[in-house]
Amino acid sequence: MGRAVRRDQDRRDQRGDELTHIGSRVEVAGAGNASGDPIKAVPLRRPGRWIAAFVVLALLVLFVYGAATNDNFQWDTYRKYVFDKRISEGAWVTVQVTFWAMLIGVVLGVVLAVMRLTPNPVLQSVSWLYLWIFRGTPVYVQLVFWGLFTSLYPHMAFGIPFGPRFVHFDIQTVDAAFFFATIGLGLNEAAYMAEIVRAGISSVDEGQTEAACALGMSWGLTMRRVVLPQAMRVIIPPTGNELISMLKTTSLVVAVPLSTDLYNQQAQIAGVIFRPIPLLMVAATWYLAITSVLMVGQYFLEKRFSRGASRKLTGRQLEALANAMHVTGGGM
Amino acid sequence: MVRATSVEKAFGGLKVLKGIDITVQRGEVACLVGPSGSGKTTFLRCVNHLEQITGGRLYVDGVLMGYRERGDKLHEMSPRDAGKQRRDIGMVFQHFNLFPHMTALQNIIEAPTQVRGVKKSEAIETARGLLARVGLDGKEKAYPAQLSGGQQQRVAIARALAMKPKLMLFDEPTSALDPELVGEVLKVMRQLAVDGMTMIVVTHEMGFAREVADRVVFMDGGVVVEEGPPSEVISNPQHERTRTFLRRMRQEEHAEEQV
Repeated sequence: MGRAVRRDQDRRDQRGDELTHIGSRVEVAGAGNASGDPIKAVPLRRPGRWIAAFVVLALLVLFVYGAATNDNFQWDTYRKYVFDKRISEGAWVTVQVTFWAMLIGVVLGVVLAVMRLTPNPVLQSVSWLYLWIFRGTPVYVQLVFWGLFTSLYPHMAFGIPFGPRFVHFDIQTVDAAFFFATIGLGLNEAAYMAEIVRAGISSVDEGQTEAACALGMSWGLTMRRVVLPQAMRVIIPPTGNELISMLKTTSLVVAVPLSTDLYNQQAQIAGVIFRPIPLLMVAATWYLAITSVLMVGQYFLEKRFSRGASRKLTGRQLEALANAMHVTGGGM
Repeated sequence: MVRATSVEKAFGGLKVLKGIDITVQRGEVACLVGPSGSGKTTFLRCVNHLEQITGGRLYVDGVLMGYRERGDKLHEMSPRDAGKQRRDIGMVFQHFNLFPHMTALQNIIEAPTQVRGVKKSEAIETARGLLARVGLDGKEKAYPAQLSGGQQQRVAIARALAMKPKLMLFDEPTSALDPELVGEVLKVMRQLAVDGMTMIVVTHEMGFAREVADRVVFMDGGVVVEEGPPSEVISNPQHERTRTFLRRMRQEEHAEEQV
């Protein structure tokens, strides 16, 4: 083929050589012999990439160095408070509010989405009205409103209207601030979750419900076994977004007012010692840490629900295939 | 097995079926042929009540589909009861409609275990047998996206057979396939016919209809134009519309051969 001779020529010709090399390999494969040498091409040089990477890295190093040596960040105060008990307790309250509010949001969101997809026009309209109100007003306003709820309804009771009461409790006595913060965030979240779930369910091909129906599966069974598992692939990523967003929105619960969460704890400390910057960094560190944990969880959930979505084979499947081909000694 | 008497179906004001009379005996293979928009697929979907008929009566195995007759009044059937009727009727779709999040095996055992309450081990055993029958043993762990169209359709046939149906409906089972994959699906269907399954097949494969069908039904414009054994309807059609359609089909086949 004269490759050795040509290789001594200058660079320009060499690329052409690699091309002919590829061409000849195809011919060889076509002739039934696929055991040619693998291509050993000289990698293309990409100076632009190196320059860009260097510039960005240099800027980053400069920024980190500047921040570390800037006394105004008060890193000693940061170190003192980063594991303070009040801060970690605040973080725990934040996690709890996030969890319960998100739980309310997801459950109510699924209910609203299903209401929206039923053929019943009353349920559809009610769902639409709910979305209109809760998505159309700021969450801060809603939280302030929930804080004033007790002045609207000082007593709550469960029973039959105009009939006997089964349970009766005074709303002032329960841990009202935590309760209303959770309710307020949860009901707001439900409006957004409803749209996410609806988009997920609508994304599943109609042929799927038809096939399930033709097999004699009931509506509930079809939803649970066929539609929702496929909808999850579309639902999970934005829900992860919502969860992370919720974690940060909890800093608004002071509107209720609930002041034991992470953000308000650090604000109180900062107010006393008069050093807002290091304590903001402390709160940011905690928010970032919790978000990171949530992101790991999301990664595994997404992997679980993407089964069958890709033609790509998993590592284990490839291995099995290779073994099978080795045994039969042939193609597929 | 299937008896349709003046079956009508209207979508709003649009009448798609205008009084269809078709009878299919047990063990018979009936092929529905005709131009697109003639109502073949709609009729097929009425047979297992995926579409509700708006006129006439449709009996499968002597049972009225989709309605209950009490005195001289018809009552709409609850979804649960309609589901019970569908269990015994297998359906194969043009676009396979396999469940993409389940492996081939899981697709096949889903309905028997969830709907019929068959034990899982038993269902798996049946499913393996069915996969072998459609020539796909060893593919049980593959997801639909990793299978070719022909393989997917064969899994779909196995999935329908797993419910041990009395009747199989095929809605253009080879129309979405590459030409070289059509044969493998038709082969499985041919074997089913030989095994005595009652089948209604909507198809454009005239060769298959001529060879396998006991009865060919030519539909156009929502009515049955002509029906009878393939030797009559395909080889010696009486109606002008049938002749025009068959001539066009033949031309297309020739065109494909020349390509």
